[in-house]
Amino acid sequence: MNRIEFDVVVVGAGPAGITAAYLLAKEGLKVALIERGEFPGAKNVMGGQFYSYPMRDIIPEFWEAAPLERAVSEKQLWLLSRESKIGFSYKNPQFGAPPYNAFTVLRAKFDRWYAEKARQAGVVIIPETLVTGIIKKGTQVIGVKTGRENGEIYADVVVAADGVNSLLSKYAGLHGEIESRNVALAVKEIIELPQGVIEDRFQLEKGQGVTIEFMGEFLKGMVGTGFIYTNKTTLSVGIGCLLSDWVDNGVSPYDLIEDLKSHPVVRPLLQKGTVKEYLAHLIPEGGYRSLPPLYTDGMLVTGDAAMLVNGLHQEGSNLAIMSGKFAAETILEARKAGDYSARTLGAYKKKLDESFVIKDLKKYSNAMPLLENNRHFFSTYPRLLSDAADEFIRVDGVPKKKKQRMILKGIFKRRGIIGIIKDALSAWRIVK
Amino acid sequence: MIFFLMALLLHIDIVSTAIDSQYCSEKVTIVHIVVCLKQVPDTTEVKIDRKTNTLIREGVPSIANPFDLNAVEAALVLKEKYGATVTVISMGPPQAKEALRRAIAMGADQAILLSDRSFAGADTLATSYTLAQAILKLQDAGGVDLVLCGKQAIDGDTAQVGPGIATRLNLTQLTYVSKIESVDADGKHITVERKLENGVEIVRGNLPALLTVVKEIYKPRYASLPCLIESLAYEPVVWNAKQISADSSQIGLEGSPTWVETIFSPPLREGGVILNPGDENYDKEFSGLIDTVKKIVAEERSKLVCS
Repeated sequence: MNRIEFDVVVVGAGPAGITAAYLLAKEGLKVALIERGEFPGAKNVMGGQFYSYPMRDIIPEFWEAAPLERAVSEKQLWLLSRESKIGFSYKNPQFGAPPYNAFTVLRAKFDRWYAEKARQAGVVIIPETLVTGIIKKGTQVIGVKTGRENGEIYADVVVAADGVNSLLSKYAGLHGEIESRNVALAVKEIIELPQGVIEDRFQLEKGQGVTIEFMGEFLKGMVGTGFIYTNKTTLSVGIGCLLSDWVDNGVSPYDLIEDLKSHPVVRPLLQKGTVKEYLAHLIPEGGYRSLPPLYTDGMLVTGDAAMLVNGLHQEGSNLAIMSGKFAAETILEARKAGDYSARTLGAYKKKLDESFVIKDLKKYSNAMPLLENNRHFFSTYPRLLSDAADEFIRVDGVPKKKKQRMILKGIFKRRGIIGIIKDALSAWRIVK
Repeated sequence: MIFFLMALLLHIDIVSTAIDSQYCSEKVTIVHIVVCLKQVPDTTEVKIDRKTNTLIREGVPSIANPFDLNAVEAALVLKEKYGATVTVISMGPPQAKEALRRAIAMGADQAILLSDRSFAGADTLATSYTLAQAILKLQDAGGVDLVLCGKQAIDGDTAQVGPGIATRLNLTQLTYVSKIESVDADGKHITVERKLENGVEIVRGNLPALLTVVKEIYKPRYASLPCLIESLAYEPVVWNAKQISADSSQIGLEGSPTWVETIFSPPLREGGVILNPGDENYDKEFSGLIDTVKKIVAEERSKLVCS
């Protein structure tokens, strides 16, 4: 029997894998893209923000054809106390016009569309196929084994784009089981509402959207956020917290999402909506400190598999695309040099290091440990702020000067002056 | 001991003659199998357009009708047994090639897509006509011994197209087949098990025949990697209305007398009552339940007497 041979085998048809495969096929390489689901996107549950950079460089004006939900023209942050909220918002209608800053997206549809572009460029998409191992010659990865009969595929180089908890990285010994403090568990409901209702309720121009992040007491002290993203005719409503926190707190994600949905200021936004889907997924939010080795002889690791997620800015899909692009560039260089060893493939890591991808992750490398050790940001401060606002706004015969004193007293009582200074310093270390 | 050996030898002899007659007899049994396959929207995601009473297909992923894949598998098993050729045909838009490729990946020899704008809007009458015309063309080209269909498509659930084809082509019609018992050595009869509501029926029918199969017949195989990759590049033959000599008044919307008055989801069945012997009002509720059952039985009985 003839061996199945390709120039490149990409495992996982998400944004990282499709990007790498698409760009390589465009250069004339013979590329196989292996997908576990029935079709690319079939297994994807991501419904959130999708930044248009760098996708807009890969397929110019992709928004003309791609299935996107809404152009995000407003970002809001709500701090929730038990019954009230304080909100911050930045709205810029320019974000709702080309080249757009971000879209809300349901990736199940988007990935399918993007993969079709890759197929048209010549990528052989192999669906419903699980990769069960890698094939090595010495230290060099030279192919993958799949769960199908006669399922070995050989290639000069393998791109692991198989998502969080990457099997390929494990097969290659690049990392073991992921630590629960390095991944967030996001749970989400898709709630259906008529398009016009969504636009009225969230004060949106037609086709534009808003993202709202929630912090506050409903998180029960866990490190994470809640969110509502507006899609065309649905809302993505959910909560993402560190997996270790869910475990330690013994909180059921389902209960917590119900708490958020029934919060007095959140509930009106969801009124009369019907829950269409309930989804959950792991997001590798461990940041810079959790990055696994990104390459080895004959293999590159991209996207979620490489833990390339910026949790604070909700960047993931775009970083995946960036890594797919760098992987493709590196492979073309390696092909020219005729060398697919780690020595040549190391250029991939260098490209990432020099780009905003790793620079941003590095900038926030202290964030996760600090936030993990300081739960006040997610619970105490939203409460303090809302108490202060409440006191300040409520007219009840108490003189304003006295109110100010009461507010300050309340704050110091809850957190203490030293605590507040410490928190301010941590906050500075996170964002500096 | 000797008797035993003789018996054994005799047995082997009988078995080998049986095999001979199946595989090596002059009379050829099953030579060409046609499987009808439909691409359907994945019904787990189907929505209904309230205005037109049709299914909204936009954005809903399409799949090969699962029962049709059971039929493909049955054809492949027969292919392995008798060396038959398996042709898969489908009527549909160009996207339906995707579903046909799936059958090719599994091991079908060729796939034909019946695609023409004039086929659009067909009901089961027009669809069975169109498929029958194509099978007729294959018959003319060298015969068709067996036509296999899934018991029904999961979108319309009518189970009419298979029987429609059988009637039009005057084939023996065997529906809800759960097992192909045997094909006679003379190639003239087929014996199958039919899965019915109240049991299993074993039927022997003349060949050529049309079978509609239930999922119990065979589980569709997981294609090998080389076959799958090969199928991705496979281009099904496309036949238009003219190529199957279709009468334009019998195809597509024009050939479809069906119209849908209304479409709705059946009401959910109410849940049953669960009584626990430990419960407080168990005895009372239990006797109440018995009374209700008695009343229903009496009512039904009186209906029977009246009619």
